[in-house]
Amino acid sequence: MATPAPAQTLDLSARFPGVLNPDTRPGYSGWILDNANLLKFATALRDELGYDYLSSITAVDYLPEGKMEVVYHVFKTTGGAGVVFKIQVPRADPMEVPSLVSIYPGAELQEREAWDLFGIKFTGHPDLRRILMWEGFAGHPMRKDWHEPYFEEEAKPLKSRWPDGRMIMAESKNLFGDNIAYPDGFNPESQTFDPEKALYEALRTYQKDEVGLDTDHIIVNMGPQHPSTHGVFRVAVVLDGEKIVNLKPVMGYLHRNHEKIGERNTFIMNMPYTDRLDYLSSMSNNFGYALAVEKLMNVKPTERAEYIRVMMAEMTRIASHLMAIGALLNDLGAYFTPMLYALEERELLLDIFEAVSGSRMMCNYFRFGGVARDLPEGTLQKIKGLFFERLPRKIEEIDRFLSENEIIRSRGIGQGVLTAEDAIKYSAAGPLLRASGIPYDVRRAEPYSIYDRFEFDVVVRTNGDIYDRLMVRFDEIRQSIRIVQQAVKQLPNGPVMALKPMYQVRVPPGEAYGRVEGPKGELGFYVISNGKPTPWRYHVRAPSFINLTAFGPICIGLKVADVVAVLGSIDIVLGEVDR
Amino acid sequence: MSDMVGKGILKSLSVSLKRFAETYLDDLSWLGKRYRTDKGIAHRGSKDARGIFTVQYPEEKIPVPEEFRFVPFLVYDEGPNGEKTLRCTSCGICAKVCPPQCIWIVRSTDPATGRPIPDPAKFTIDADICMNCGLCAEFCPFDAIKMDHDYELASFTRNVYDETKLSKSAKYYESIRPINARREDAARAAKAASRTGQGE
Repeated sequence: MATPAPAQTLDLSARFPGVLNPDTRPGYSGWILDNANLLKFATALRDELGYDYLSSITAVDYLPEGKMEVVYHVFKTTGGAGVVFKIQVPRADPMEVPSLVSIYPGAELQEREAWDLFGIKFTGHPDLRRILMWEGFAGHPMRKDWHEPYFEEEAKPLKSRWPDGRMIMAESKNLFGDNIAYPDGFNPESQTFDPEKALYEALRTYQKDEVGLDTDHIIVNMGPQHPSTHGVFRVAVVLDGEKIVNLKPVMGYLHRNHEKIGERNTFIMNMPYTDRLDYLSSMSNNFGYALAVEKLMNVKPTERAEYIRVMMAEMTRIASHLMAIGALLNDLGAYFTPMLYALEERELLLDIFEAVSGSRMMCNYFRFGGVARDLPEGTLQKIKGLFFERLPRKIEEIDRFLSENEIIRSRGIGQGVLTAEDAIKYSAAGPLLRASGIPYDVRRAEPYSIYDRFEFDVVVRTNGDIYDRLMVRFDEIRQSIRIVQQAVKQLPNGPVMALKPMYQVRVPPGEAYGRVEGPKGELGFYVISNGKPTPWRYHVRAPSFINLTAFGPICIGLKVADVVAVLGSIDIVLGEVDR
Repeated sequence: MSDMVGKGILKSLSVSLKRFAETYLDDLSWLGKRYRTDKGIAHRGSKDARGIFTVQYPEEKIPVPEEFRFVPFLVYDEGPNGEKTLRCTSCGICAKVCPPQCIWIVRSTDPATGRPIPDPAKFTIDADICMNCGLCAEFCPFDAIKMDHDYELASFTRNVYDETKLSKSAKYYESIRPINARREDAARAAKAASRTGQGE
């Protein structure tokens, strides 16, 4: 079982004497430091020790202890285990922590999220606004003392369901009949608050072009109802003529506070909820969450289960990349023909998911210590037929179909460039990072499960433009096919569950960060258990969300029509962005 | 890089043309049996599928695999005189493991002693809240709640199902999940046998 390696953390305390205190709580690891030392420490960590990739920032509300903690996970793009460090602040407003945006610009959206959901003020953050909730929202919903309108109990299972479960519909309990809680004395008539003000003010913070004609700049809102945004996503752009001078993504339209739900759920209940994050790659989401909880429980899945997991995760990657390729080509104007060519193959993969897990998209297939059930009869045959005969041929066909097309090439090559330095800086992950020339893949950088047993190449392209992001996905599909082919051949017999199936698992106290290379990038689950049936903290490092940090910088200088193509090439899924 | 402008586009068109032709060639080779026949539907979802692959729902339906899961139902056993006994003992595990908490159970009590008896007085599932995860069926120790195959639930009102609507016979369960049903029956029989063996 992969446990956090303490070896590399030892020399850290010698390197920074008096700055770092080891986190000695049972089951925890990493370092605790002070507000005053944070920026100095982070700079040294990045510049001198080479931890250049900020993976995750999140907060934890320790309500009983009266403190709030900010947790940072930092890695090297050359691979290996990461460094975890934490800042603790007393739990009284204002809770101030220095912003890391100046050192790791990839912190921008994540710090905004921590401010929005926990109310931690990141001093020095260039644009600290709410991100998932709307401006004017009352309270910070991830705090443990914040309760939603239909609040019943802190943790499931709810006592009203059994043994005297008389059904009532939650909406009938609310005075207004819908899911909104109004502050005391709220009067909509006297409301003059403008929720958009902060956004438009933030948009005006661009560098003005001093030379040339003095032109007016206009703000254009693309979305939230716009087909090219792949869901309900809004892009606010400032235009100088046709040129974009500033761009801010606006999100949260699909926000349901997944993490709060996750902290009310028991550990096993979260499994089907993870399906609904990035709903195009539910098996990968299951994988990440299962890894995190297995780390806490110190359980190792059985051999056969490991192979099945890898097969499913790689099939998910192919399905998700096919969707990404189809949608990107759609955005580039090849209206729906390539999309349907890609969907045809994806359907065949979903057929396998359906036969194995019972559902095409919401698979809910992984369990702690294995998978829910063995492969049904005939499925392996189907997988073999698909992966040895059909898919390799069909991928080449889709590649041949449009990769040499003049329109795709002229709209893709050299457009929407993200340089290697910027990709690391903005914590870009997955195909977005690898298309910019950084061969960073969690499957290789810090192998989990049994990925060290397979032969595959970490796909990398060097131009960092839209076309390379498209091509990286084709190459990754080819590598995934290779992995599945190997896994099918090596698949051992045996049980698929290491534990007895339990409807309530016992998870010892501690923290764990489980990360997998999902189709969209590094997908991490940060889970804290305090020994109770529900996790104390459940955080998702959502790759589509964090990849959007680079979205604005990529787009500045391009035309509006290119925004659509850039967004398509980043490949977001709003279920995961908004959580 | 293509040397001639337009070569890439011609290449794209040739792929499209090939697929267009394949649709008609495949139609011809099936002699009209490609549509609305079980074999034809299976062919369009197989690795050898080529040409158009759409299945014309609702005229054609893709058969669902055994593990397919949709809103749960309660299994009852039929006695020799046609009496129906629910397998459910109202132990509440399904209600406790349900992620969106859409299962509501009222446990029966003996009117004389006030003690709980293993039989649900009321069993309600709010199918509109159900997320079809299948955890209830997975963890039920009595094989009493199972996931259904019927996915056509559209209705004009909210889908709140009570025990009458939820009850389906063990025969129906066997018909939709033969392999699972056989395995579970064998396991239950073995368990019962070992219990009587211990009792003696």
